[in-house]
Amino acid sequence: MGAYILRRLLLAIPIMLGVALVCFMLVQIAPGDPLVSVLPPDASQELRAQMITAYGFDQPLPAQFMKWLWHAVQGDLGTSIATSRPVFSEVMTAAINSLRLAFLATLIGFFFGCLFGFVAGYFQDTWLDRLASVFSVFGVSVPHYWLGMLLVIVFSTQLYLLPATGGGPVGASGWAWDWAHVQFMILPAITLSVIPTGIIARTVRALVAETLAQEFIVGLRAKGLGESGIFRHVVKNAAPTALAVMGLQLGYLMGGSILVETVFAWPGTGLLLNSAIFQRDLPLLQGTIWVLALFFVVLNLLVDILQTLLDPRIKRA
Amino acid sequence: MNLHVPQPIVSVRDLSVHFHSASKIISAVNGVSLTVARGESVALIGESGSGKSVTLRSLMRLHPEKTTAIKGRIEIDGADVMTMSSSTLSAFRGSVTSMIFQEPLLAFDPVYTVGEQIIESVRRHCRLSRKDARAVALEALRSVRIPSPEQRLEAYPHEMSGGMRQRAMIALALACKPRLLLADEPTTALDATVQIQILLLLRELQREMGLSIIFVTHDIGAAVEIADRVAVMYGGRIVEEAPLATLLANPCHPYTVALLSSRPEGGLSKGSRLETIPGSPPDLSRLPEGCAFAARCKYASEACKKSFPGRVAVSPEHYVSCHRFPESA
Ligand SMILES: Nc1ncnc2c1ncn2[C@@H]1O[C@H](COP(=O)(O)OP(=O)(O)OP(=O)(O)O)[C@@H](O)[C@H]1O
Ligand SMILES: [Mg+2]
Repeated sequence: MGAYILRRLLLAIPIMLGVALVCFMLVQIAPGDPLVSVLPPDASQELRAQMITAYGFDQPLPAQFMKWLWHAVQGDLGTSIATSRPVFSEVMTAAINSLRLAFLATLIGFFFGCLFGFVAGYFQDTWLDRLASVFSVFGVSVPHYWLGMLLVIVFSTQLYLLPATGGGPVGASGWAWDWAHVQFMILPAITLSVIPTGIIARTVRALVAETLAQEFIVGLRAKGLGESGIFRHVVKNAAPTALAVMGLQLGYLMGGSILVETVFAWPGTGLLLNSAIFQRDLPLLQGTIWVLALFFVVLNLLVDILQTLLDPRIKRA
Repeated sequence: MNLHVPQPIVSVRDLSVHFHSASKIISAVNGVSLTVARGESVALIGESGSGKSVTLRSLMRLHPEKTTAIKGRIEIDGADVMTMSSSTLSAFRGSVTSMIFQEPLLAFDPVYTVGEQIIESVRRHCRLSRKDARAVALEALRSVRIPSPEQRLEAYPHEMSGGMRQRAMIALALACKPRLLLADEPTTALDATVQIQILLLLRELQREMGLSIIFVTHDIGAAVEIADRVAVMYGGRIVEEAPLATLLANPCHPYTVALLSSRPEGGLSKGSRLETIPGSPPDLSRLPEGCAFAARCKYASEACKKSFPGRVAVSPEHYVSCHRFPESA
């Protein structure tokens, strides 16, 4: 097991290098002048040249990349052009906010996904199955920003139950798990959870159906197990794959919620990416993408290890 | 009433099993009657699709209830299986009657160890602590002569060889000391040498435990090793039934004759061919009114197509259903 984890960690290094190169290059080939946003329109040529040297834009690309990478692996992702704060702390604050939201959304998704999936799998081809399928197709295909706005209209502007936007009470800094803070999470988390709900429901339905069709289920009946005893076996057979899908969904939600975070003005990585793009804040954009990629690689690794631990059929050599 | 005749362990009367699918009804079993004495071993033989497995599974009511129509009477160890409540039924399964399967790799849950699965069965039927149940499981593995049973207890099914897995399956089935073992082609998926070992093991355990066995196979060679009596199935019916030696010496039904001659005597000699039965098995969704074998039978007459022949005793304990052996004779 230790050797397996070590090998997976070593494998992650070239992946991270590749990701670093891609996100560095992407930003380089993007059109527009990165200094537009920091310099006043009437800035002198000297000031311009000074800024270019300060940010290192005058050096050849490979040198810029090596320098960026060298700093990046030490946790120094440069300084945001727009806010002049270190990119690293900006990204980390946002990532923790996103993670909190993604985590809640994934939990909701896992709960309902498993519920719908098990019901659909156990009652295949009945109206219950069809109802659960409708829910999951809806979850995967509904536009999320639209759903988000709908929820805001119903629960915030009509019913005054929950705040429409923001990441916490006005004037508060930091986070606490009290109602004043948590109420801000509810609508965005529900909005985000419909994707994992749909995907997990479909996965679990397929897993349950596949497991129930196997010969060993007859074997379990033949040795006298009732439905609850058989359910335990079905759960254990479905668990490794269901948990893996859940883990990957957490990763997608971390980086894939630009629209939802923008709709709810949730101060996470999605909102950060959004503003980095529109303000042409290159260091911030690079840093955010890189941290998200890093997070995804680590998550993948964790999911693989978890799956290996749970499923005896996967060889650990 | 003669009190000295012991009650048979299995008594099946007019069993019929029909599967309802969307477009048609499959008549897999059509009036099977079978009696098995205590300590006796009966082989059900017949080609693929003749209803052997369906008959066997019906004895434990293992078919999906919604799509299956079962009729007839099934009595096992004095209890009426057809009228059992679902809780009585699941208490009966695995304790009075157990089953072993053709492909033990598929019959075990892949994500639990073999030990956990035997222990689960033991604890289901006897109120035992985990530790005691483990001891019972270990003893069961020993009784099927698995080498280093302590380690096998911790092994997953995929970590064992085919023969070892079938031994473990037998251990699971016999751990709660059932009186009847239903074996559905338990040796078909194994190598020839392993097959013989498993058959000998079953024979031995049967004697030790006074077990009754219903053994499904399409291989007469396997039946010879294990069976006291043989029932030949065709188209969901038993067409001939006799003690093993009688059947081998004097097969009466044309299908039995064909089945026996399709078997190489003492291995295939060079150049000899396995005789196959011409024609194909009947369509179970459209069975003919008369004898299902008539279409493939070289002796078929008009009568065979019109009505199904009754069961006739050609000698004591030797029954056949064929118009060549008329009921009056
Ligand atoms: N659950 C089911 N639903 C519908 N049809 C079924 C079901 N189970 C079995 N059958 C059908 O019943 C017929 C008899 O099957 P059975 O498994 O008893 O054959 P068998 O004699 O055991 O043959 P084999 O040697 O291939 O195992 C087959 O045509 C099979 O397709
Ligand atoms: Mg079969």
